Amino acid sequence: MYTPAEFYQRDREWHPPALTPHYKTAVSRSPQYSLISLQNSSSEITGPVFGHNDIDPLDNDLLNNYAKPGENPIGPRLIAHGRVVDENGRGVPNTLVEAWQANAGGRYRHKKDTYLAPIDPNFGGCGRTLTDENGYYFFRTVKPGAYPWRNYVNGWRPAHIHFSIFGTAFAQRLITQCYFEGDPWISRCPIVKTIPDERAVDMLVAKLDENATIPLDTQCYRFDIVLRGRRSTLFENRLEGN
Amino acid sequence: MTSNTPEYLKETPSQTAGPYVHIGLAPGAAGFDIYKQELGWDIAGPNAKGERIRVEGVVVDGIGSPIKDVLLEAWQANSEGVYAHPECEGNVEDGFRGWGRVITDFETGEWGFDTVKPGATMGRNGRMMAPHINLWIVARGINIGLNTRIYFEDEVEANAKDPVINLIEWEKRRATLIAKRSERDGQVVYRFDVKIQGEDETVFFDI
Repeated sequence: MYTPAEFYQRDREWHPPALTPHYKTAVSRSPQYSLISLQNSSSEITGPVFGHNDIDPLDNDLLNNYAKPGENPIGPRLIAHGRVVDENGRGVPNTLVEAWQANAGGRYRHKKDTYLAPIDPNFGGCGRTLTDENGYYFFRTVKPGAYPWRNYVNGWRPAHIHFSIFGTAFAQRLITQCYFEGDPWISRCPIVKTIPDERAVDMLVAKLDENATIPLDTQCYRFDIVLRGRRSTLFENRLEGN
Repeated sequence: MTSNTPEYLKETPSQTAGPYVHIGLAPGAAGFDIYKQELGWDIAGPNAKGERIRVEGVVVDGIGSPIKDVLLEAWQANSEGVYAHPECEGNVEDGFRGWGRVITDFETGEWGFDTVKPGATMGRNGRMMAPHINLWIVARGINIGLNTRIYFEDEVEANAKDPVINLIEWEKRRATLIAKRSERDGQVVYRFDVKIQGEDETVFFDI
């Protein structure tokens, strides 16, 4: 009888809770009842598979994937790179990583963004890539700017890049945000502060990677991503409930 | 000092997808074309067998207002209950991915996608699960993606035996997972409204 090897249960005290009053939008968008805990079935241990036919090789180069020929977006040139690994420390190969961000002035190319900083005609602000056989990925982009938002009248989001990661299973699906070390807005941000544990916040702060910085060209920041890990299948014959 | 206890890493914590999630995951909706193809628009592909259906709904907040910046992802088996994944036994039709990404109409909050009705799938310990579509919901104000399942009104017997539905202690709440079937211009349409908070709150799972 096939019962799949489960993923380690998600540590719900490590992730932000649903109800976070200081991030005001969450107040009416947070379930009041408890989540029903499910043991993994085939519906959770499977997930979509992507391949190189799904994307273009240039999709991870935000300096060029929307720029006019011969032009570049304005702003500090930046490489954001790292590995996608699981909680066992194993690389997650060939998984889709998507990223999106504001331009260097803090303005998103989105019809709902009305911030007065200008759109950059050479910057789209999104990219995607597949990790290599070791789980490694990189994006080339410009450093996003901080921008104001209406949670409080004088609140600013720290500079950040949004990341979406799939892993191999629907149970691993994750969206998060990558910040940059040294940004004074990080510790002031109500969205960052939805995360209860400082060590968890630190996982979201990309560190300057001086050795991977390209001299006279592009600064580099390191952002490693950890997805849920999975039990080994050593104990297949154990007794189980349900 | 050595230890036989393995060292585990902690999962990267979640953060909200924010209001501009479309830029990354559906840039056409943000107002610009950048990719050769956006992913997730075609769930079943042209060769999938089974009943063609449309699933529609709205996601409402605790005040009862439609959430217009929500993004949903669907994950389902084909009509024979096979997931397009190497760990699932069986084959899927050429072009069947079983995964879709859906956004709302910015004015109304209505969303919908076309697919085929999934078949029953094998659950834990040999118990069959009724046909269902797994749903993952993210938006501004949602700090970590919400997981739920769409079951089908016309699968009365299978739903009654489904091991996941039966885990829900409050029978009244089970109805929040059942999509209502109707026909419109010859097309089968299932309605699945999600209530994030409050009265008749949808059941969400910790998977």
